[in-house]
Amino acid sequence: MKQKAIKWWITHSILLVTLSIICLIALTMGTINTPIDQLIRILFNKMDSTEYTILMQIRLPRILVGIAVGGALSLAGVILQAVFRNPLVEPYTLGISGGAALGVAICIVFSLNQSYALSLPFFGMIGAGCVILAIYSLNAFGVVHNIQRLLLIGVMISFISNSLFMLIISLSKSEQMHSIMFWTMGSLEEPDRALVYCLLIVSLLGCLITSIFSVDLNVLSLGEEDAFHLGLHVERIRNILLVLASVLTGFCVSISGIIGFVGLVVPHFVRLFAGTDHRTVVTASYITGAIFIILCDLLARTIISPLELPVGIVTGLVGGLIFIYALVRK
Amino acid sequence: MNNNVQKQVVLSVSQLSCRQSSQFQLENISFTIAESSCVGIIGPNGSGKTTLLKAVTGCIPTKSGHIQYCNRPIASYNQQDLSKEIAIVLQSTELDQSILVEDYILLGRNPYRKRWQFWESEHDIQFAEEAMKVTQIESLRLRKINALSGGEKQLVRIARAMAQDPRLFLLDEPTNHLDIAHQLQILTLLNRLKREKNMSIMIVLHDLNLASEFCDELILMQHGKIFTMGCAKDVLTFQNIESVYHTLVIEGENPISKKPYVFLVSEDNLKKSIAQSEELEKSDRLEKSI
Repeated sequence: MKQKAIKWWITHSILLVTLSIICLIALTMGTINTPIDQLIRILFNKMDSTEYTILMQIRLPRILVGIAVGGALSLAGVILQAVFRNPLVEPYTLGISGGAALGVAICIVFSLNQSYALSLPFFGMIGAGCVILAIYSLNAFGVVHNIQRLLLIGVMISFISNSLFMLIISLSKSEQMHSIMFWTMGSLEEPDRALVYCLLIVSLLGCLITSIFSVDLNVLSLGEEDAFHLGLHVERIRNILLVLASVLTGFCVSISGIIGFVGLVVPHFVRLFAGTDHRTVVTASYITGAIFIILCDLLARTIISPLELPVGIVTGLVGGLIFIYALVRK
Repeated sequence: MNNNVQKQVVLSVSQLSCRQSSQFQLENISFTIAESSCVGIIGPNGSGKTTLLKAVTGCIPTKSGHIQYCNRPIASYNQQDLSKEIAIVLQSTELDQSILVEDYILLGRNPYRKRWQFWESEHDIQFAEEAMKVTQIESLRLRKINALSGGEKQLVRIARAMAQDPRLFLLDEPTNHLDIAHQLQILTLLNRLKREKNMSIMIVLHDLNLASEFCDELILMQHGKIFTMGCAKDVLTFQNIESVYHTLVIEGENPISKKPYVFLVSEDNLKKSIAQSEELEKSDRLEKSI
């Protein structure tokens, strides 16, 4: 289909160009502003200057984490909304974020994070992994036949882990409480470079795999029965997609904390301008999610500079307002 | 229809029983569908007509019995290959998404998609176009499916199933929500597909007269069992209908096609008519005696 392919390329090139521009702006702006003409000079000639260190060690990793997290969360949102045929599902609905938060809280309360720098994401990953395992085994071993019931169980797991999280907070000391709360609000800062690259690779792989399954997502969103009659291996494909979405969410949450709203709103926002075909929605959501989160992070760190807001607050505020505006205008 | 040429059997079901949460049940069902023939399934609500359709596609687990498609058990088919052969139009398909009609119909080509195929091939598009043409919904192609009327949705469902290019077409009350012109349009279309493409059709209908007019063979179901089956003349007798539906009907004949036609009679009108004729008789007798 020539026409569709052309439209696909146009949409994606526009989004990619926008993403590059936003990335450039995010590189230049901060506590110390570096105009674009200086940027190139610094990057190629002054490799030993402080500006170079700020750009390469602080701002660039932040942007990379932004792309990875924004993209992955939006992808997970697209997948889950199609699989559950429910526009209100988001990556955190299944309780993955609750599990990760619980893991991190335990890590902080028992002071396990002093010995090793990677222990926070590690414990987050364990918490998220436990929830994924619970949900996946319920689904794969046929305990839950109805997909909507699986969703409800996910919501319940989310409540349970939230309560446990609150329990731990209420028992913790005040400075511990502060660091736990700050973690839950989300941040794109990640000092460990290897972890940043790892996250980026996982997230990009996720995008590739999801786009391979994008036509299946189209069929799946017609409903289970129709998908079956159109020759789709519903169970198998659903399991693959559920695990994919959960792993992506788990990675994001354990590294950047809980950045809400991206996974819920970005897919809807993309559908407003790109239609409902998942071949476009999947990749367009990835790029749009990345753009959105980098913009929000830019706002978060410049608006009351030199202080910094948690990016999760900005995503909720900005995203909600933009989305309401888009809906009303339509 | 009974030519000497033996038609190939497309679907054969023998002694099929199945249970769905102990509520809907099929018991000991056996029948065959020949190539390019149309089998109508009739029966009261809850008699297992839809369950039978779904069981044939293999989406309901069966308890016992065999379903064979082209002399091979249906379970031995790959799900994707089976959906190239059998298409089903369900009533439960809710068209509540905001997909364009043409994209929706293109999804009917999904059984033919290869794993790594991203865009539909020209061949797929041709099939979708053809399906839209024969169902006469080309004018709807750029509308969204959740904004269509009930009748338009029905046509769109049928068009999607036709894009699957099936040999066996299963339809669950396709004439629901449609006015008589569209009812006629769809059934005529199915008849044409049957003749021109050698398609076999299994269709659940509530309207006995439409069933009589368009189907080669009828299966009358009651409580999950086949009450009787055969040509319309044998099935649509007033005794059969009374014992299955518990209503009074009068048998007649369609003046053009000479097929059986069933007239519904309300009990009140029947009593009135009997009373009238009795009165007439009385007055006749009275006149004679005078």
